[in-house]
Amino acid sequence: MAEINREDVAHLARLAHIDMSSEELDRMAGELAVIVDSIKSVSEVAGDDVPATSHPIPLSNVYRDDVVGETLSNEEALAGAPDNADGRFRVPAILDGE
Amino acid sequence: MSEIIRLSAAALAQKLQSREVSAVDATQAHLDRIAAVDGSINAFLHVNTEEALLVAAEVDKARADGDTLHPLAGVPIAVKDLIVTKGQPTTAGSKILEGWHSPYDATVIRRLREARMPILGKTNLDEFAMGSSTEHSAYGPTRNPWDLDRIPGGSGGGSAAAVAAFEAPLALGTDTGGSIRQPGAVTGTVGVKPTYGGVSRYGAIAMASSLDQIGPVSRTVLDSALLHEVIGGHDPHDSTSLTDPVGALVEAARRGEVKGLRVGVIKELSGEGYQAGVLNRFAESLELLRGAGAEIVEVSCPNFKYALGAYYLIMPSEASSNLAKYDGVRFGLRVVPEGAPTIERVMGATRAAGFGDEVKRRIILGTYALSAGYYDAYYGSAQKVRTLIQRDFDAAFTQADVLISPTAPTTAFRLGEKLDDPLAMYLNDVATIPANMAGIPGLSLPGGLADEDNLPVGIQLLAPARQDARLYRVGAVLESLLEDKWGGPLLAQAPEIAGVK
Repeated sequence: MAEINREDVAHLARLAHIDMSSEELDRMAGELAVIVDSIKSVSEVAGDDVPATSHPIPLSNVYRDDVVGETLSNEEALAGAPDNADGRFRVPAILDGE
Repeated sequence: MSEIIRLSAAALAQKLQSREVSAVDATQAHLDRIAAVDGSINAFLHVNTEEALLVAAEVDKARADGDTLHPLAGVPIAVKDLIVTKGQPTTAGSKILEGWHSPYDATVIRRLREARMPILGKTNLDEFAMGSSTEHSAYGPTRNPWDLDRIPGGSGGGSAAAVAAFEAPLALGTDTGGSIRQPGAVTGTVGVKPTYGGVSRYGAIAMASSLDQIGPVSRTVLDSALLHEVIGGHDPHDSTSLTDPVGALVEAARRGEVKGLRVGVIKELSGEGYQAGVLNRFAESLELLRGAGAEIVEVSCPNFKYALGAYYLIMPSEASSNLAKYDGVRFGLRVVPEGAPTIERVMGATRAAGFGDEVKRRIILGTYALSAGYYDAYYGSAQKVRTLIQRDFDAAFTQADVLISPTAPTTAFRLGEKLDDPLAMYLNDVATIPANMAGIPGLSLPGGLADEDNLPVGIQLLAPARQDARLYRVGAVLESLLEDKWGGPLLAQAPEIAGVK
C-alpha cells in the first residue's frame, strides 16, 4: 500500500479546499504518514469473498408521498448566510478574470 | 450545595409531580450551579436562562391547573452543541459556525419540547465531535470535575462533565466511536449509545452518517432509560430511523435481572494496553454479576483488532464528504482574501481559518481514502472489515446475551498529554468503536475508582441490535450491586470542585 507524502497532502488539501501553509503541510504530512501506516493493514484483512457493509442495519429504500412537507421560508433559509441579495445567496466571482 | 441538584432525574420528576419542588426552582437551582462552577468546568458554550425558566414556569402553571403532563415535564436538560436548536446558537465546537443559529429544531429537541423539559444550554465538545478529550473544541477544553487538570473525555466531554458536576441531571450526547460512552467512563456517569437508527439523527450535525447516533447522558441507569424513551422512536425526517417502537426501557431498568443471563467477556478488549486499575474494577464487576446469578463466559472477536484501523478509514471518509458543506456560501464563516478572489479562493481561506487541526487532519485523511486508485484498498477494505466485525458480534451473541468490557483502556489522562500524538488519542476509543461499526447498542456505567489514581473507571455493556432493553436490565443490576458496595453513588465520592465561587 502507498505511503502518504507532503506532495500528496498538498494535492489533497487543494481538493478539499483548505489553504495550508508550508509548516502546516510539513506537520500534517508527518502525522498522516504515521496514521496511514497504522491503518494500512486493514486492506490485507478481508478477501474477495467478504461483502462490504456500508450501513450497519440493513434497510431498503425509504419512500414518502411526493407532497410538500415542512419547508423553510426564504428569510429563514438566508438567515445564516454570510451575504445575500434579492432573496438569494450572494457569492464572489465563480470564474477568474470575469 | 442545593439538595435539588443532587437528585436523580427520576427522583426530581417525582418531587415535581407531587409539587414538592417547582419546575422554576429546579431549573433555577441548576442555573445557579452552572453560574457557580462552570467557570472551572467549561461544560457550557451557551446558557439558555430565559427560555429554560419560561418553560419551567409554564410547567408549574400547567401542573397547578391539573393538566396531564409528561412524567419528565420540568426536569431540566443540557444538550450537546452538535444538535441544532432554535433560539440558541449551535457551533459544533467550531469557529466555522460561531454565532450561527439553526432555522429548525432537531427531532430530539422537538421531543424534549413536547415533554416540556427546560433546556439549560448547549454543551462543549471536540470540534464536529472529532476527538476523545474535548481539547479539540475551538472554545477551550472542558475540565473533568474529578480533577480539573484532566480531560472529561470526548467528544461529549461537556455533556458528561455537566452531569457529573451536578449542573444538569440529564444531557444529550452523540456517539460516533464512543463519544457518549468514553466521557461517561472517565467522569463516573452513565451514557448510552442506542441501536443505530433507534433515535432520529435529524438535526444532529453529521460527522460520519453510518456511525453517528444520539443518546442519553445521566447519573443513573434508570435516568438514561427515561430519557431514551423520550427521544427514541421512528422519525420520518431520518430515512435511517428504525420503525420499531422504542420499547419498555424504563421497565427494563426498574426490573433489573441477571439470574441465568449469559454475560460474555470479550477477550480482545482486555489485557495489554489496559490500565491495571481499570482491569481490577472490571474483574470486580464480573464477580458481582456472577454472585447475582449471571453466567460469565469468554467470547472471542478476533477481527476487533482491525476495528480501529477500519474506523479511521470509514469515519474520515464520511466526514470529509459531510463537511464539504462548510464553504462560506450558505451559512457560517466566510473569509475573503485580499484582492478580487474567486469563490474557490474564498472557500480555501474560509476552511483554513474556520477548521481546527483535527478536523483538517480527518478531512485530508478521508479525501485520501476516497481518492481514485485508493478507494478499493482503503474505503472498500474497511467496509469489508465492518462485515467481519458484525460476524464476530453475531457469533458472540450466540454464546452470550450481553457482552461486557471496560469502556476505555485508561482513566482520564491529563489535559495536553495526548494532544500532539493523534494516534495515541485515537486508541482511547478501541473498546467503544466496534459497537458503532456494527450498529449495536452500548451502555457505559461507573465501575468504581482505579486504585492507582482514584479516578472513575467505566464498564461497558453491549447487546444485539434492537435489544437496548437488555442493557438497562443488566446495567441497573450492576449499578445497584456496586452502589451497595460503595454505600451510595460513585459521584458522592467526587471531590468538591476547586475554584467554586
